[in-house]
Amino acid sequence: MRGDMPSADAASLSYGQAIREGFAWLMSRHPEVFAIGQGLWSPWYVGNSMTDLDKEFGRHRVLDTPVSEAACTGAALGAALCGYRPIVIHPRIDFMLLAVDQIVNQAAKWRHMLGGQSGPRVTIRAIVNRGGEQGAQHSQALHSWFAHVPGLRVVMPATPADARDLLIASVLCDDPVLYIDDRWLYEDQEIAAPARVLDLRNEGPLRRREGRDLTLVGASYSARLALQVAERLAAQGLSCDVWDLRVVNPLNVNDVIASVSRTGRLCVIDGGWRTCGLAGEVSARAAESLPPSAWRAAPLRVTLPDAPAPTSAALEARYYPDVESIVDRVTASFGVKEHDLK
Amino acid sequence: MSERHISELGELVDPGAPAYLRPCDISGYPPAELMGFLRTMLLIRAAEEQVAEWVEQGRAHCPCHLSIGQEAVATGVAATLRASDRLFGNHRSHAHYLAARGELYALLAEVLGRAHGCSQGMGGSMHLRSAACGFFGSVPIVAGTIPIAVGAGLAAKMDGGTDIAVAFFGDGACEEGVLHESLNLASIYGLPVLFVCENNQYSSHLDIALRQPSDRMSRYADAHRVRAQIVDGNDVTAIARIAGSLVDAARSNREPVFLEAITYRWRGHVGPNEDLDVGVRRSMQHLAAWKRRDPVRRLEEALRAAGLATPPQLAQLHDELRAQVHEAAARALSAPWPAESTLLDYVYAR
Repeated sequence: MRGDMPSADAASLSYGQAIREGFAWLMSRHPEVFAIGQGLWSPWYVGNSMTDLDKEFGRHRVLDTPVSEAACTGAALGAALCGYRPIVIHPRIDFMLLAVDQIVNQAAKWRHMLGGQSGPRVTIRAIVNRGGEQGAQHSQALHSWFAHVPGLRVVMPATPADARDLLIASVLCDDPVLYIDDRWLYEDQEIAAPARVLDLRNEGPLRRREGRDLTLVGASYSARLALQVAERLAAQGLSCDVWDLRVVNPLNVNDVIASVSRTGRLCVIDGGWRTCGLAGEVSARAAESLPPSAWRAAPLRVTLPDAPAPTSAALEARYYPDVESIVDRVTASFGVKEHDLK
Repeated sequence: MSERHISELGELVDPGAPAYLRPCDISGYPPAELMGFLRTMLLIRAAEEQVAEWVEQGRAHCPCHLSIGQEAVATGVAATLRASDRLFGNHRSHAHYLAARGELYALLAEVLGRAHGCSQGMGGSMHLRSAACGFFGSVPIVAGTIPIAVGAGLAAKMDGGTDIAVAFFGDGACEEGVLHESLNLASIYGLPVLFVCENNQYSSHLDIALRQPSDRMSRYADAHRVRAQIVDGNDVTAIARIAGSLVDAARSNREPVFLEAITYRWRGHVGPNEDLDVGVRRSMQHLAAWKRRDPVRRLEEALRAAGLATPPQLAQLHDELRAQVHEAAARALSAPWPAESTLLDYVYAR
């Protein structure tokens, strides 16, 4: 991810292709990895993120399923307890709610409630797919719910390289992981280095742009928005320190807080709702950690309004924060003027 | 009783029916195996009587769901399994764990929340595990482990061997949607899973007649083209025989099978009392009638009639198992508590 809008070229990798590379990397090296979920043999359920994996690795390792989110998620969990590393795919996170018992009650607690003796090495991949007048049940971003649950790692890649490398790290991790990718990022391009094997336990926020005046934080698509906003604010003389959270549970924002201690200003952009959300959590941790004297202004949350997603395009345009609206919010909130800047 | 309810199980749910009061048919079983059945059932009963006493004494505090009266189901099914099979239980799983040869002391320590428990004291009565026995885990969310067992069956099929997965659940779990998803998935994928439905005719408090239009749970298996058999759940040899044929089919054909065992719990849904709940039929008379269908008595009478055990020998066996439980219980009571660090240590893999 770069501050300028990336342009495609022959050697670059798109976010969607990067996910597919992650699957292929895993399945060619790890016979215990398999994928299970609805639409995996279909050209249109998961965009270009799993194209022809069934042909490359066989339909015994890429299982398309009945319309049964709970059973398929539970089945992945059960196979994980028996030595496999399954990835269960929910092409829309909205439908994954039918499997919440398996994710929250079973997978997330299995290790703790059974005395630390075994944990399901299962990756649950959920796709955020919104906009385009898809309406209230085809649009949600529910990462904050799941980040609330101890025992479940929640991963939100913002760049093609992370989409691939954090998928690999999620699957090779010994804990249940909810990996959330975003269809609005699928066409983003990056000249990516070859796949890297990361230990998910050590992964956390990364600084994507260095700045002095404002700490700007996001995850997944919101991190990309943050970079675009930073670019615009730079033109107005405001220098942003941009952080991509990458892993939202367990959440480690020490580096972000250190950034706020330097800038004195914090804006968290989140694609979820405001109440009890990720933006509130990051802001609260910063507020708890820093003395009042460290703050030059109160923190700002930019989130969805607390309303279900509308269908009409006219309302959608108001519902989702975009670069323009975020720039307006930031300048209004911080009252940033040339002489305020360090 | 709902006017929509019909009974398809007939005399199987009539505790006075003479056919189901008779001693077990022990023909074809070696004496050692029969004595093993009896030992397992007596161990379960003695262990649960101990747990019941602890609850009454205020020594055990976690919710304890007892299977006294239902011991034959776990015992008969477990006799057909091997240690490499993958078993999953529910809220009422002391019997499943013990029948699978889970360690008695570790069960009792777990019920007390002690560090020597089978789940290191982190789970209590409702979260049991014994990896060595293939008992992968039990949880109290109704039907929660059914799809997990299906996944264990998927893994067994991918492994290419002849191991199977087993899910123990009750009639209440048949009212959860995920049972249907799981039966469908296991059926269409051809997975070696034994679904064991212990139909004790009650959910936590409601009679089956107030909850479902029929009392026959195997109709759900029929709907998904899963081979099913109904068995008298208080007859351990009948259970072992029928479960054995189903398990053979699951192993050799790689297909799901469904065993419905008709039984009755003597205690309440949770805790030691002989609760009557809110049933339309459950009364002291009804409970007393079902106690005459005692699975332990029916096996013992068969053993006596065949000259395989005398009353003094049986009394001695009861005493021996009670002593075993008392010894383990005394040790469990002095076992250490979990270290405070375990509160956070077990959240994620180390």
